[in-house]
Amino acid sequence: MAETTRRKGRVGYLLILPGGLWLLLFFAFPFYSLVATSLYDPSGSDFRGYEMSYAFGNYVDVIRDYWQPMLRSLLYGATATFFCLVLGYVLAYAIAFKSGRWKVLLLVLVIAPFFTSFLIRTLSWKLLLADDGFVVDTLQFVHILGADDRLLATPFAVVAGLTYNFLPFMVLPLFASLDKIDYRLIEASGDLYANPVRAFFKVTWPLSLPGVVSGTLLTFIPAVGDFINAEILGNTNTRMIGNVIQSLFTDANDYPAAGALSVILMLMILAMVIVYVRRAGTEELL
Amino acid sequence: MSQAAEIDPAAQLDAAYDGLRLAGLTKSFAAFTAVDDLDLDVPRGSFFALLGPSGCGKTTTLRMVAGLDSPTSGTITLAGQDITRSKPYQRPVNTVFQSYALFPHLDIFENVAFGLRRRKQRDVETQVADMLDLVELGSQARKRPAQLSGGQQQRVALARALINKPEVLLLDEPLGALDLKLRRSMQIELKRIQTEVGLTFIHVTHDQEEAMTMADTVAVMNKGLIEQMGAPAELYENPRSTFVANFLGQSNLIAGTITSRASDVVTVDMHGITVSVPTGRTHTDGDAGWVGIRPEKVLIGEPGEELDAPGNTIPGGVVTDVSFVGVSTQYLVRMPWGQELQVFQQNTGRVRMFRVGESVELSWRPEYAFVLDQSQDASAGAQQVGVDG
Ligand SMILES: Nc1ncnc2c1ncn2[C@@H]1O[C@H](COP(=O)(O)OP(=O)(O)OP(=O)(O)O)[C@@H](O)[C@H]1O
Ligand SMILES: [Mg+2]
Repeated sequence: MAETTRRKGRVGYLLILPGGLWLLLFFAFPFYSLVATSLYDPSGSDFRGYEMSYAFGNYVDVIRDYWQPMLRSLLYGATATFFCLVLGYVLAYAIAFKSGRWKVLLLVLVIAPFFTSFLIRTLSWKLLLADDGFVVDTLQFVHILGADDRLLATPFAVVAGLTYNFLPFMVLPLFASLDKIDYRLIEASGDLYANPVRAFFKVTWPLSLPGVVSGTLLTFIPAVGDFINAEILGNTNTRMIGNVIQSLFTDANDYPAAGALSVILMLMILAMVIVYVRRAGTEELL
Repeated sequence: MSQAAEIDPAAQLDAAYDGLRLAGLTKSFAAFTAVDDLDLDVPRGSFFALLGPSGCGKTTTLRMVAGLDSPTSGTITLAGQDITRSKPYQRPVNTVFQSYALFPHLDIFENVAFGLRRRKQRDVETQVADMLDLVELGSQARKRPAQLSGGQQQRVALARALINKPEVLLLDEPLGALDLKLRRSMQIELKRIQTEVGLTFIHVTHDQEEAMTMADTVAVMNKGLIEQMGAPAELYENPRSTFVANFLGQSNLIAGTITSRASDVVTVDMHGITVSVPTGRTHTDGDAGWVGIRPEKVLIGEPGEELDAPGNTIPGGVVTDVSFVGVSTQYLVRMPWGQELQVFQQNTGRVRMFRVGESVELSWRPEYAFVLDQSQDASAGAQQVGVDG
């Protein structure tokens, strides 16, 4: 007994090895270098080189300078995640329970956007929402939008782009959870006097929670750090933290500030995820 | 009661019937008919057993009563009300599912409380606690279903349905996973609850002994049809088809030709031996039939021995197999026409045992025999276990 558990433990370590090495090489080392960069002397530059001065002041500076895009990122990310959840749940539910023999085809369609680049797809939204485009013309025609109103370069466009781009990350885990639900449980709840609405909230929804949790995480985390959507579909007032980091790195060459912002973003997301998973109470289901 | 399978058309129109009535119920899956034009009356407050081989349509029938499958045609009425098209959650019917279907995200207590909570009942706590005590799971209330054994899960499924005290409780092999001891005690418990509360139970089972001991009425189902229904003893003593004769217990079926029919007795020529059978136990209109007799009704003795005065006597047998099973001795006796008949003899201690190869004479009382239609397959419904005939 003891022998077999020990053997199992050893096999476990062996299995962890390849992935562990990969992570060490491409995560742990860059992470170390990122943290180190964030603590360099801010007066350094690409030309003169940087000095390690444990400049924790960098963190204070970036929070003071960039708290607005930081909050905006969280807000946009959360809003997009919410819309993804609503749209994605309906879609995943339909695929899991109502699609019959079209199930596989629909799943392929869900991931079909991945066949083209993220950038191209976002650019096509730019065309879609363009000022003289069909969508805006129609909305102006029915007076939902005023003659001078636009969609492009608004927070709406950014959130819509984020929702669109990350929807598959929501749908797939939701589908996996919903598809696993034994339909006989839903029948049993009907037999026990639950009408379809109650059956949904008492049986289907709780059983799909693991999918909800992983779907929202897979959507929220990349959405908060995204910069493409705000770059292409937004304006100077919709800049997200990703845009700031990107321009600090590439335009301003202020590596310490960019590093500090990145570390803050990472810690913030980590803290929120921990609280969220705890609150959702689904550790045992995950 | 025994005639209930043939519903009188006048009674069928009677909306005042207060039991559960299935009329012309049919369920087809694509080209396959799982339940075929089924007529069934289940009196209110009765313990009704549905017995039949695997795949004969028992679960499908229950699902239609519960509202989980909609019938292809036919109607279901409960206490005079047509519920054929009403939704499962609107029916005063609960099911103990063959697969249990316990909610994995709820603990045992909440599983059992589910129906009460949906109907906003009072004192859920005490009702559930009482119910859990009844099925001896009081100490498991806070566990999840996955943490229980198969038999315990089955009892949770039972408790979850029973607690709602529905007008009709459907039990789809509810005791299948229990060991013999627990099974017996749950049978007694179920029967007690049913009598006390006066609910209508429809109990599906493979186990004929369970059906016979618990039910007031047993319906034997085969290939989507009810073969016969009636009180357990009547079904056993006077089967109307070879399927029932073989499915419930065992029967010797001997080919014969009906030579005369009187008002009270029918004479049958059985390979040159004339036997008589009461007219009321003759279930064929043709001239050819199967003479049926249960093995324990056959007496065995030495040739010429006076066995049972008014009996039919069949000479010329030879014992080919003897097995002693304690309470009885089971013989196989080869008859002059080559067929082997089964004979069960009680070990009263007053009869002697025969050995293989001995010549014997068989005999039975005419009132124990029955005659079935010869167009039916003599091995229909025979179980694989037991003596191969
Ligand atoms: N959804 C379905 N689609 C197609 N065929 C079905 C379906 N449900 C049941 N059947 C068929 O109908 C027949 C009756 O099935 P049912 O489940 O009622 O049998 P049963 O009498 O309950 O058997 P068991 O004793 O094994 O539980 C079977 O042949 C089964 O294959
Ligand atoms: Mg079944």
